[in-house]
Amino acid sequence: MSKQRLVIIGNGMAPGRMLEHLFEVSDAFEVTIFNAEPRVNYDRIMLSPVLSGEKTYTDIIIHGEGWYEERGITLHKGEKIVQIDRDERKVVSDKGTVAQYDRLVIATGSSPFIIPVPGSDLPGVLAYRDLDDTEGMIAASAKGGRAVVIGGGLLGLEAAAGLKLRGMEVTVIHLMPTLMERQLDTAAGYLLQRELEGRGIEVLCQANTKRIIGTDRVEGVELADGRIIDASLVVMAVGIRPNVKLAQEAGLAVNRGIVTDATMRTSDHSIYSVGECVEVGGMVYGLVAPLYRMAKVAAEHLAGPSKAEFVHAETPTKLKVTGVNLYSVGDFAEGPDREDIVLRDAARGSYKRVILKDNKIIGAVLYGDVADGGWYNEMLKSGEDVEGMRETLIFGQAYQGGASADPLAAVASLPDDAEICGCNGITKGQIMAAIRDKGLTSLAEVRAHTKASASCGTCTGLVENVMGLTLGDTFVIPQAAGMCPCTTHGHGEVRRLIRAKELKSIPAVMQELEWSTPEGCAKCRPALNYYLVCDWPGEYTDDQQSRFINERVHANIQKDGTYSVVPRMFGGLTTADELRAIADVADRYSIPTIKVTGGQRIDLLGVKKEDLIPVWKDLNDAGMISGAAYSKGLRTVKTCVGKDFCRFGTQDSMGLGVKLEKFLWGSWSPAKLKLAVTGCPRNCAEATCKDIGVICVDSGYEIVYGGAAGLHIQGTTKLGNVKTEDEVIEVIGAMTQMYREQGFYLERIYKWAERVGYDHIKDVILNDLEARKTYYDRFVYSQQFAQVDPWAERVAGAEAHEFSNMAEIKLEAAE
Amino acid sequence: MNAPLRNWVEIGSINDIPRQGARCVKNGEMTIAVFRTSDDRVFALEDKCPHKNGPLSQGIVHDGCVTCPLHNWVISLETGAAQGADEGQTASFPVKLDGQTVLLGL
Ligand code: SRM
Ligand SMILES: Cc1cc2nc3c(=O)[nH]c(=O)nc-3n(C[C@H](O)[C@H](O)[C@H](O)COP(=O)(O)OP(=O)(O)OC[C@H]3O[C@@H](n4cnc5c(N)ncnc54)[C@H](O)[C@@H]3O)c2cc1C
Ligand code: SF4
Ligand code: FES
Repeated sequence: MSKQRLVIIGNGMAPGRMLEHLFEVSDAFEVTIFNAEPRVNYDRIMLSPVLSGEKTYTDIIIHGEGWYEERGITLHKGEKIVQIDRDERKVVSDKGTVAQYDRLVIATGSSPFIIPVPGSDLPGVLAYRDLDDTEGMIAASAKGGRAVVIGGGLLGLEAAAGLKLRGMEVTVIHLMPTLMERQLDTAAGYLLQRELEGRGIEVLCQANTKRIIGTDRVEGVELADGRIIDASLVVMAVGIRPNVKLAQEAGLAVNRGIVTDATMRTSDHSIYSVGECVEVGGMVYGLVAPLYRMAKVAAEHLAGPSKAEFVHAETPTKLKVTGVNLYSVGDFAEGPDREDIVLRDAARGSYKRVILKDNKIIGAVLYGDVADGGWYNEMLKSGEDVEGMRETLIFGQAYQGGASADPLAAVASLPDDAEICGCNGITKGQIMAAIRDKGLTSLAEVRAHTKASASCGTCTGLVENVMGLTLGDTFVIPQAAGMCPCTTHGHGEVRRLIRAKELKSIPAVMQELEWSTPEGCAKCRPALNYYLVCDWPGEYTDDQQSRFINERVHANIQKDGTYSVVPRMFGGLTTADELRAIADVADRYSIPTIKVTGGQRIDLLGVKKEDLIPVWKDLNDAGMISGAAYSKGLRTVKTCVGKDFCRFGTQDSMGLGVKLEKFLWGSWSPAKLKLAVTGCPRNCAEATCKDIGVICVDSGYEIVYGGAAGLHIQGTTKLGNVKTEDEVIEVIGAMTQMYREQGFYLERIYKWAERVGYDHIKDVILNDLEARKTYYDRFVYSQQFAQVDPWAERVAGAEAHEFSNMAEIKLEAAE
Repeated sequence: MNAPLRNWVEIGSINDIPRQGARCVKNGEMTIAVFRTSDDRVFALEDKCPHKNGPLSQGIVHDGCVTCPLHNWVISLETGAAQGADEGQTASFPVKLDGQTVLLGL
């Protein structure tokens, strides 16, 4: 029997899934697909991680070229169908291709709605729907500037967060009083707004766009109240419209979407429709979970007689913005026949609300702590009577006796038909069966065989727990790469949250970010202490107990428990008086070893701890301060003799080195920071292997950075040339501050620069004068609190307990 | 069995020791590190890391342990035993609190 011809219009997520089901049960079709987009089937949901830079296009392809070849499918990429001829059962593309069908599936999805204000057709105005839009945004963000996102719904906010991560200034304009009002109530919308504002995204609610300004391309947005917001990019994310034109022209029944019955058949018996273009049971859908159910139903009816029907179910909403947790499902409008149970935890920024009607859950809105979302949704779907647990319902599943807070136990207590993956409708039982029957051992395999967690990915943790449950100890649930075993948050996340949530103490960070240990460890505490010192100058009190001993006693501990003391010699210059004082100190306290360091100064080695204070006092009295040879902070500024003495010298390298060290000393940084200023390109001060170096040349100063010559040897990269000493100081102050604010603890400049990009740093520090100035100003501000000599403070009595014994026990004869 | 006879010696007030910190007590040739945790429990260990004799009193105190300042071994304040894969034990001494007063059992 010759095969039936199946033609599909559109190659989005819905028909892709339909074909997977169809090929599982039938090989009766020869399939031809037309897709207006010039590419294979990819995971549209994952455009947001592509925008934010967490994924690339190749990561999100669902069916590669090979998939179509293996199944003998003809895919016409970049061809749009312009006509359906139902009498002759054929479709015609814009390129003139004609395809005959026995069965036709219309899966044209939907199009973004563009509000028809003046200027909406200017270059620089984008929608957010496909890869081209995403790439357009990424390209626009590379130029910096401000993006205005119109629409504060799911798509708009994911776009805003992504663009912010790409380094743009971002303003969200939203017509309604609170964000995501279709999925969130006002309280949760408010929390969300606060979170986004904390990340530096400006949010304007109740703001109506009047027109988009610009001549050749977009320059700004004017609001109805007259406000004007400058913008180099405008993203419209105000909603979508089902693509029904083609079906309409072909005379099919069309309402808001293409009308189908519960078997996904349109008013023409040979034509089915799936996806966002469909209206079924009076509803149109915009999330993949229902579309995937449509796909399954359509596949079964195409394959042969079937009883499968599409039934409506509530789909939970989540926002795919890293670090923002929200979950909403069902109906949350207030009404006289409804009851609310609300739990707020302002301290933790969490909010939970469950809406009941006749003792049954009809909706839930969770913000912050969303762990119980799935549990509420299960009860919502099953229509369970919750009278018996009213008192504890809001506290979640862990409080319902039996199940414990242990996530594995919570998963163990779920029934087999509990849905784990909402997008794909995969239950716990299905995952467990697949693991056992097919011998699956990795998350990738489970994804490949069951689709669980393969779409939006937010259920990955749950799927891993089901795997842990099924496989026992042989499956180790992977830990997210946290900054240390006390947390699953990485350094970047922690730094961002400290600022976003205005956390100003180590206990506050540990509480808010849910550290798994009560007091942290020797890895995270010093890192947190640095982040807080850097982010809240003048407000945060340095936690001595979270500092490594060297930084606590401002000297380097030696293998025998004694200390080394290195006074500062600005730019490597000293005087006879200073040398004399050092010699006297060495004599007075019997310091065994005096050494010239690789940092152009003198090290007194072997000082007993109890002598530190008097040694410092004597050095202070001779005008010397701590050289911070122990610090994750400014160490040395090495210099060569320069033009006052050297026959090749072009500028005053010694003088500039001294100025720089006087400007920078005292500052804390993610890792140690070493500089050098050299008088000519012969480079006697070794500037080209320092964190930041200055090479004097006839025309001024070349600034280089990202060098190291320790465990790793790395030459510097050029930042650029400037003309005056003042500019050198401003550029270096600004770069130091940018590094201080962005670096991860123990990450030296070269690693930070590799991570954020040398070009990016150059763009900000060298080319963007305004940005340079703001970083510089912040550095200067923080220096007023940092430039206090720690030796003098301790000589004056600070931290006295560090430097003396608590008691001395006289040996007494035991009775 | 006889409990070893303890000589309880007053060494000062709990407030002399910073929370999450330590002070040293000299006992003849031996140095004893007295630790105070954030929840005001007090422990005493010989101030000698079982690895290479690092001064434990100078380490970072967290979760009932101290991390040695020299090579980051983690030592239990209660038992003096090295945690994790490392092996070794430092001598520990009993401590009592009488009000604010710290008594060390030698
Ligand atoms: C004293 C000195 C050696 C000397 O006698 O010359 C020295 C001594 C130490 N260095 Fe250094 N470094 C000294 C110059 C350097 C230099 C040369 C320089 O600065 O021009 C380098 C290579 C340049 C660089 O940093 O890229 C250098 C690269 C290191 C490294 C490797 C850093 C890296 O990122 O790869 C370490 C290890 C670390 O920091 O983790 C280190 C660590 C140390 C420590 C602090 C080890 C420690 O944690 O105890 C040593 C302390 C000894 C002590 O007990 O006092 N030292 N160290 C130098 C002090 C300079 C000063 O005046 O402050
Ligand atoms: C940025 C973003 C994030 C999202 N996040 C989520 C999420 O977290 N969770 C969730 O459930 N959903 C999410 N969605 C929604 C989800 O992606 C869509 O619901 C789903 O992709 C729709 O699938 P579809 O097959 O109906 O249509 P589409 O995927 O839109 O596919 C339709 C295809 O048909 C083509 N086409 C249209 N007309 C023609 C024609 N005449 N001829 C040929 N080809 C044609 C189009 O070019 C398009 O490629 C998100 C969407 C976006 C854009
Ligand atoms: S190279 Fe530096 S870290 Fe190594 S022994 Fe010498 S001083 Fe110590
Ligand atoms: S001496 Fe303590 S870890 Fe090495």
